[in-house]
Amino acid sequence: MTAEQIIFLLTGVLVLGSAFMVVTVRNLLHAALWLVASLFGVAVLYAILQANFLAVVQVVIYIGAIAILFIFAVMLTRRQLLESGRQTRSSWWIPALLGLLILIGLVSLILSVPGLDRTASAMPVGLDTVQALGTALVSPDAYVLPFEVASVLMLAALVGAVYVASVDKK
Amino acid sequence: MTFWNNPINFIGNWLTGVLTSWHMPAALATILLYIVGIVVMIIFAMTLDIGLVWVERKVVARFQDRLGPNRIGPFGLIQPVADIIKMVIKEDITPAGADKIVYNIAPVLAATSVILLWAILPLASTIYGVDLNVGLLYIVAAGALGTLAIIMAGWSSNNKYALLGAFRMVSNMISYEIPMVIILLVPTILANTMSVKGITQAQSGMWFAILSPLALLIFLISAIAELGRSPFDLNEAESEIVAGFHIEYTGMKFGWFYAGELLHAFTFGGFMAIFFFGGYGGFFGLEKLGFLTWLNIPFVQALVFIAKAMFGYWVIMWVKYSVPRIRIDHMLAFNWKFLVPLSLVVLVNTAVLNKVLITLPSWLYVLGMFGSNILIGWVTIEILRAYGRKQRKAGEKPISPAQPQEQVA
Amino acid sequence: MSIPLTWYLILAAALFCIGLYGVLSRKNAIAILLGIELMLNAVNINLVAFWRYLNPAQMAGQAFAVIVFAVAAAEVAVGLALIISVYRRRKTVVADEIDLMKW
Repeated sequence: MTAEQIIFLLTGVLVLGSAFMVVTVRNLLHAALWLVASLFGVAVLYAILQANFLAVVQVVIYIGAIAILFIFAVMLTRRQLLESGRQTRSSWWIPALLGLLILIGLVSLILSVPGLDRTASAMPVGLDTVQALGTALVSPDAYVLPFEVASVLMLAALVGAVYVASVDKK
Repeated sequence: MTFWNNPINFIGNWLTGVLTSWHMPAALATILLYIVGIVVMIIFAMTLDIGLVWVERKVVARFQDRLGPNRIGPFGLIQPVADIIKMVIKEDITPAGADKIVYNIAPVLAATSVILLWAILPLASTIYGVDLNVGLLYIVAAGALGTLAIIMAGWSSNNKYALLGAFRMVSNMISYEIPMVIILLVPTILANTMSVKGITQAQSGMWFAILSPLALLIFLISAIAELGRSPFDLNEAESEIVAGFHIEYTGMKFGWFYAGELLHAFTFGGFMAIFFFGGYGGFFGLEKLGFLTWLNIPFVQALVFIAKAMFGYWVIMWVKYSVPRIRIDHMLAFNWKFLVPLSLVVLVNTAVLNKVLITLPSWLYVLGMFGSNILIGWVTIEILRAYGRKQRKAGEKPISPAQPQEQVA
Repeated sequence: MSIPLTWYLILAAALFCIGLYGVLSRKNAIAILLGIELMLNAVNINLVAFWRYLNPAQMAGQAFAVIVFAVAAAEVAVGLALIISVYRRRKTVVADEIDLMKW
């Protein structure tokens, strides 16, 4: 058990444990806060994978914007102060069974492909991942087209969200 | 490497030698030394924080033409200790109906998000925690954690004033993150790297404050908004919502919020020094002279850095104690309608001019960048003046003399 | 790196299934969106793990992950705006009760 494996196992426990709490707690705001913990664990995973730009961007976007958006939405749509009644549907065992079956299927698929049980290939020396990512996102023979389409998507989402959530002045 | 050149690594190596001579496995010694280093950095930051309490109270007193604390210790230097003792012995209350766990974690998270920033703050060329190659974004990420702490505090207090204060504060902070991130791209472009140490080293030629003064100004404004200090302190508006999100916090929990805010202000002063004033290097270029090379010793560099950070902190305090508070809708309109377009213009201007002027001799480059910033500033002021003139004209309708009532014949 | 790739893939699969259970079994519309976020994060972990383990010099994995970030953010923004708008009219966020268009 090397130190890396221990860190990975602890982070995995954080991610999966928090995700389980997200889908089971009654209080919706606590669920949003458990989501924050889970997303932070995912950021730690990215840092272990040496994708440090993605790790920091994960914290900035998911925790700094999306989680806060969730918390605001939860606060703006409370019918009464305490959550009462069931939070999960009465037929909850069907999704649980489905999830379990899909998990077993995916795990057996992963373990059956022979080449996947490998350790990481070496990181090329002197590769600056941030600079390489930046060049890949704007160079014409790399990924500039999905990048531009994503920015148009964000513009559409921005206008749409502001319009849909605005109070119409009758 | 000697002690004077590279103190942290020197001490680290010596301690590793001592620990392994006690037959400790090397991996465990490394982890132990990491933990010791982290604790020492945190102790340094928190001790500085205690000093900052004194600085804040003395400076606000002088701005308000009074003396400030001067009874306890010479010049009131022991005052922060008295403050801390007072806060520690206060009763620790959790209001009824509050969400206990979230309520107690919020101040810890707020202070943690500030101490996390000290991991990448370079005090000298060899005294720093870690040199991330995405240091700039790490700063924004740590700010995001602070925002989360505020909303946790506001919601879990079970108090409508706290909730209102938290809403306003969080909408303020996430709005002003945008011009801050856009402006933080300006040092990135000028230095070609996002790492904090790299940006400091790239300023050995010319400080970025001279290459881009508008960026400095916008960073100052958005930093003050991020900190939640006046004039953007809707949270602590005692006359409006009684104390915002930390109404229900007493004793040491409030102490964590307060100490975190002061340390955050000082840390942003430090970042202003790093991104725009040359950080630990650059004592006006004097250290290149032969007889002043002792200015390159890490401890002297650390003192230079702390002096520059104190200057930045003093500017932030100066703004705080001179300017009245801004209303929330004015604040947000100022951000979305003025700061964001202006910061985009500054960014595009810096990017284009950097590419175009980089081949010219350096004095022409500096003149070009500085001149373009002055030009943008002047055009902006002219636009604002025209807009203000138009608004004044629309507001001042000529007051017509009272018309005689039409006779109803 | 002593961690085999399969560990990351199994972690991502487990996160995906937990998100799937959250989406299918919760009543509150916002809780369903929380489950969708978990699923998107699982996909991202997969992408980044494959990037690192197979060919770190080729940036396709990270670029794809960045686009998934953007899509997730856009989707959450629009989804929550819709939920808030529905709440204003129908005073409910329970997914089952938003059934005006059912026959």
